[in-house]
Amino acid sequence: MLRHRVIPIVLIDGFSVLKTINFKQRRNLGSPVTVSRTYNTRNVDELILLDIDASKQGRSIDKFTIMDISQELFMPLTVGGGIRTVKDIEMVLKMGADKVAINTEAILRNNFIVEGANEFGRQCIVVSLDVIKVNEQYCLFSHSANKIIEINLLDFCMKVQELGAGELLINNVDKDGLMSEPDFKLINDIAGCVGIPIIAAGGVSVPNDCTRMIQAGASAVAASSLFHFTGYTPQDCKSDMRENNIPVR
Amino acid sequence: MISIIDNQMGNIKSVSNALKYLNVEHIITQDPSDIALSDGIILPGVGSFSQAAIRLRDSGFYEEIQLYCASNKPFLGICLGMQLLFDSGVEGGGTSGLQLIPGHVSNLINRVQKLPLPHIGWNELTVKTSKILNGVNNGDCLYFVHGFEVITDEQYIVAKTDYGVDIVAAVEKNNIFGVQFHPEKSQEVGLEILSSFAKLC
Repeated sequence: MLRHRVIPIVLIDGFSVLKTINFKQRRNLGSPVTVSRTYNTRNVDELILLDIDASKQGRSIDKFTIMDISQELFMPLTVGGGIRTVKDIEMVLKMGADKVAINTEAILRNNFIVEGANEFGRQCIVVSLDVIKVNEQYCLFSHSANKIIEINLLDFCMKVQELGAGELLINNVDKDGLMSEPDFKLINDIAGCVGIPIIAAGGVSVPNDCTRMIQAGASAVAASSLFHFTGYTPQDCKSDMRENNIPVR
Repeated sequence: MISIIDNQMGNIKSVSNALKYLNVEHIITQDPSDIALSDGIILPGVGSFSQAAIRLRDSGFYEEIQLYCASNKPFLGICLGMQLLFDSGVEGGGTSGLQLIPGHVSNLINRVQKLPLPHIGWNELTVKTSKILNGVNNGDCLYFVHGFEVITDEQYIVAKTDYGVDIVAAVEKNNIFGVQFHPEKSQEVGLEILSSFAKLC
């Protein structure tokens, strides 16, 4: 039986690890290689590495950072940040990533999802969506949550699945960095309309939140602050999931 | 020496990193003439079946691999690399594969209906006796990330995994091996498998 994953997210600004609140206020947490190494010793299920400044600055994630991480860590790696061309995807995979997370470009140019899936297979195309609640409506944002996109979120999720996304990474920006409890309804709404796996992120404050995110329909849970700023480890999340009869590794 | 085939679409670096960690001598090659000189070949793979199959033919690797495998030297296909060992695949339009093991590659959606697809994450193996899986126990979890599966005769299957239905996780025919999961990304257990393969080379 497939195990549900608990995935630490490592955000970088090009070179250093960051922790953000609502994607804005920032704290510097040092080298991504050091942080990743710590997760590796904890045998985490997967790691997501995102360069949150790449799109805004019109560049793609630094290949040497990916290389340094994949060189010594033998675990699944999803990488994103400024991925705009098939060549960018090829570079990221070649450096040792297994999947690529695409956000801004997937929204600006839907056909990029088709190109990526045709070339590399849909299993490595993760479409990453930043969601903010505006007037009680879930809204989609691009450019690291700086630009609102006038499109129905659920329609867009179904559309990217159709185009060739293999997985959805749902970042609930309202909850980012606040550890204030995730928005389970958002996860449930999206899980109800797509058949591809969902990685849910944003707001995890205690291990039991992970359990409830899986129960809401997520295939995997991703978190950052929880592991950076509390004593909880991915293993604690999995213990809680196990106690609630969710299969984990 | 082991050659890792760079078909210009795989996650070559990860496999190379794992071999380096295991102190296994290897090269990454885009040159088909290296094949005949190798003691072991690894064909990694991320990508769509037809793209990869066409590139193997255009680059000249196809013929070299056929000759190499006829000499019964060890060959390991990983993920898409395993799928390419078979007769044909439907991903990206029907294309013929390396035809080293009888069978074909089909979309998981034909058999997996109620679970999310692609099949992504850690799943446990049920293993049979195999030259490269001797370090793996029933119930060990390996990392999978795929949307297509191999359909082949029971005699070639050395490991399965359960995702609502039994999915082929590893195959073996003489010295030709294939794994659907990613040993280079499966921490300790995965490295053990690569180490077993390297010992055959």
